[in-house]
Amino acid sequence: MTTSTSTPEQVQNGVNVDALLGAREALEKTPEAAQFKWRASCEWLNGTHSRSTIGKFFGLGAEQSRDQTFTVEADHPKIFASEDHAPTPVELVLSGLASCLTAGVAAIAQRRGIQLHSVKATLEADMDIQGILGIDDDVRNGFGAIRVHFDIRADASEDDIKALVAQSQKRSAVFDIITNPTAVFVTVN
Amino acid sequence: MRSATAIIIGAGHSGLAMSWHLTARSIDHVVLERGEVANSWRTERWDSLRLLTPNWQSRLPGHAYAGEDRDGFMTMSEVVHFLQHYAGLLRAPVMPGVRVTRVRHDGDGYELSTSQGAWRCRQLVIASGACNLASVPPLSDGLPAKVASLTPMQYRRPDLLPDGGVLIVGASASGVQLAREIQAAGRRVVLSVGEHVRMPRTYRGRDIQWWMDAIGAMDLRYDAAENIERARRLPSPQLVGTPERATVDLNSLRQAGVELVGRLAGLRDGRAQFSGSLANVCALADLKMNRLLAGIDAWVTGGGLEGQFAAPHRDAPTSVGAETKLSLDLIAAGIGTVIWATGYRPDYSWLDVPVLDRHGRIRHDGGVVAAPDMYVMGLPFMRRRKSSFIDGAADDAADLAAHLHRSLDRAAA
Repeated sequence: MTTSTSTPEQVQNGVNVDALLGAREALEKTPEAAQFKWRASCEWLNGTHSRSTIGKFFGLGAEQSRDQTFTVEADHPKIFASEDHAPTPVELVLSGLASCLTAGVAAIAQRRGIQLHSVKATLEADMDIQGILGIDDDVRNGFGAIRVHFDIRADASEDDIKALVAQSQKRSAVFDIITNPTAVFVTVN
Repeated sequence: MRSATAIIIGAGHSGLAMSWHLTARSIDHVVLERGEVANSWRTERWDSLRLLTPNWQSRLPGHAYAGEDRDGFMTMSEVVHFLQHYAGLLRAPVMPGVRVTRVRHDGDGYELSTSQGAWRCRQLVIASGACNLASVPPLSDGLPAKVASLTPMQYRRPDLLPDGGVLIVGASASGVQLAREIQAAGRRVVLSVGEHVRMPRTYRGRDIQWWMDAIGAMDLRYDAAENIERARRLPSPQLVGTPERATVDLNSLRQAGVELVGRLAGLRDGRAQFSGSLANVCALADLKMNRLLAGIDAWVTGGGLEGQFAAPHRDAPTSVGAETKLSLDLIAAGIGTVIWATGYRPDYSWLDVPVLDRHGRIRHDGGVVAAPDMYVMGLPFMRRRKSSFIDGAADDAADLAAHLHRSLDRAAA
């Protein structure tokens, strides 16, 4: 019941859906190849300023390397007596959520034969910093709530666009990471 | 050792429908039943449960509901009576009180160990049901010992519950029905909601099951479905069978005082943790329901039938409130019971034939099991969308009996 007028072949969102579906089919038969490990390392620079390096990961049963190593810096703003060299880690979390949901919208639109013209996500998160400052133990450190607003122009009905965004949340890794608990194990040498 | 050409395990609607077809084809068979006819309906359901399908839809080969209340919903004792009557009508060769404890492949057939001795057959039909066991998630291990843990198969009625509030995990048909009646009995009810299927009881003046039947949705075949694996795992729709044909949805439950929380994501140190995905699972269900209703509207318009039905309408979107809890200290909140309405699965512990996949599901092609001369009946979307419904047994049994008969003829030739 999609109201889009294009066929999936004519739609160009820059997503290779055939490759994704092929990978899904292959992994259904070999679930062990679906076991991935994502990695990052982080080095302290000065003050609250740090630089993470992201390169190799493990997947499809082997170590995977890529063409380049990426770096992502983080810092805190001047009102926290920092030098504001880079976004705060919590803003990077918002960026991760936004990028994950946006990528999902594009992939699902391609699969459903919906041509996208523009996708813009705007995010805002509430935080009571009495938590991280240790002022009030009843206040959590993290976000109280996150609001995501999508502004999407596409050749589809309003409900079909809403369904893209809903399905993207359903299949999003970062949405899951943020909405569900995860066990974290930290060691020190 | 006794023997029959075909053995049907289970004398519920599926097994009886198959018996009707085997009799019609003069294929010698018996129906082994661990209890009595309609055993699960007698012993494994809560007191207030009624069928989710209207009476007129209780159609089996050679028999259909003939009472006055065609649009009503049978109570469990009425279902038992209906199936007992059917078994008598067929003179079905039911052996009651025979529990199958093991089935193994033996030469060109199967050998069955039972509580009443051994049986042999050439062909086997598994009609023992899709809902023998309640599926309880592993994280239930974290439940504090002071909180009672129940499945819907153990639950009977609100006044038999331990004192205190009730956390119901799962918002498919079982979960919403239990939430509705336990809240109405004056208990605090917290309902943990994951992915679910929202459906109005009636639409444009007809029962939703009438529409699903009319537009052909119930007859959709397994080999024509877009993603059959997903379709088979779909939770049951949020429906209840009541004389007043009430719609039960998350909005009505919330208005009645049920507290909605997200999918149960963890149980640690007496605290239940709930997913922050509640708003999205509700949005998904609202969109999906509206696609179904739009399909019905298109069918009406396409047939030029607008004059025969009430005008289209859409129920309000699900409203979950901004203050949904992400965690709950069960003891401090006075929760005395957790009910795991997290689905059901068949019990194949007695089946000693390598036909199960890594999830423990039986491998079959529209009910033809991946072992010679073995068939299964009544699983969700097994052969058609209606396969797990009483109304689905007739067409599936006809197809599978024909397949079974051909196989018998080939062996004889």
